[in-house]
Amino acid sequence: MEIAVTHYVVLACVLFAIGVYGIITRKNILIVLMCLELMLNSCNLLFVVFSRLYEGSTGHVFVLMSVTVAAAEVAVGLAFVVSIYRQKESLDIDLLKMLRG
Amino acid sequence: MSHTVLFYIFSTLAVLGAVMVVSHKNPVSSAISLVLTLFSTAVLFVLLHAHFIAAIQILIYAGAIMVLFLFTVMFLNIRDSELRFDSMNIPKRMTFLFLFTVVVGFFASKFFSSSPVVFPKLEDPENFGTVAEVGRSLFSDYLLAFELTSVLVVIAMVGVLVIAKGKES
Repeated sequence: MEIAVTHYVVLACVLFAIGVYGIITRKNILIVLMCLELMLNSCNLLFVVFSRLYEGSTGHVFVLMSVTVAAAEVAVGLAFVVSIYRQKESLDIDLLKMLRG
Repeated sequence: MSHTVLFYIFSTLAVLGAVMVVSHKNPVSSAISLVLTLFSTAVLFVLLHAHFIAAIQILIYAGAIMVLFLFTVMFLNIRDSELRFDSMNIPKRMTFLFLFTVVVGFFASKFFSSSPVVFPKLEDPENFGTVAEVGRSLFSDYLLAFELTSVLVVIAMVGVLVIAKGKES
């Protein structure tokens, strides 16, 4: 069977779902960040798929932007991880209740 | 035909790596599994004629971002027990993941039963997705966005320094 657009869309959906699942269930802040990367990556896959379908470079440019934003986001997130670990001596996200009213 | 085989091999590897990211106790193992997923996705990008994006994926995602993750783990100098506190009963979680996949697969099979959207033949397969082609688009139509990205990266860099430096000193 020839690989159609749907195959790729389903793959991206599965990867996204696994990422969402990890973000909801894991408590380790590092793994939560990694699951976020997983979700971004599945969206990039969709961009490339539809760029191929409609034969334009726009999707590729979007992926480029998204990768840049992801890199910036990971850098800021890991800086937060470092400062949180200094304060709380733990990576558990359940301990982060500073903003609770 | 080779497209089909490669797609199935590398999509399986990608899903496997993603499941391992979610299910591993140790963040270092999760990071290594994430590299597997990102690399498999890069191969899928090549299958979709996005050669430049595939190279970027391996260089930035699987290279730089993963090194940043591992570097942070090393830098924090965490005890092993503190790294693995997120203990979980994997069978239970695996069951959830399995159910999730089955539900998605059910909707997928509904999709497949209708007529599938196949990729059209490329008009210009030599140039599609190359550095020149993406660069032309990036530096003409999306020039402003590209320049703003540099501002974003500078802001992120300054923010990281301020956040990670802390109050003392």
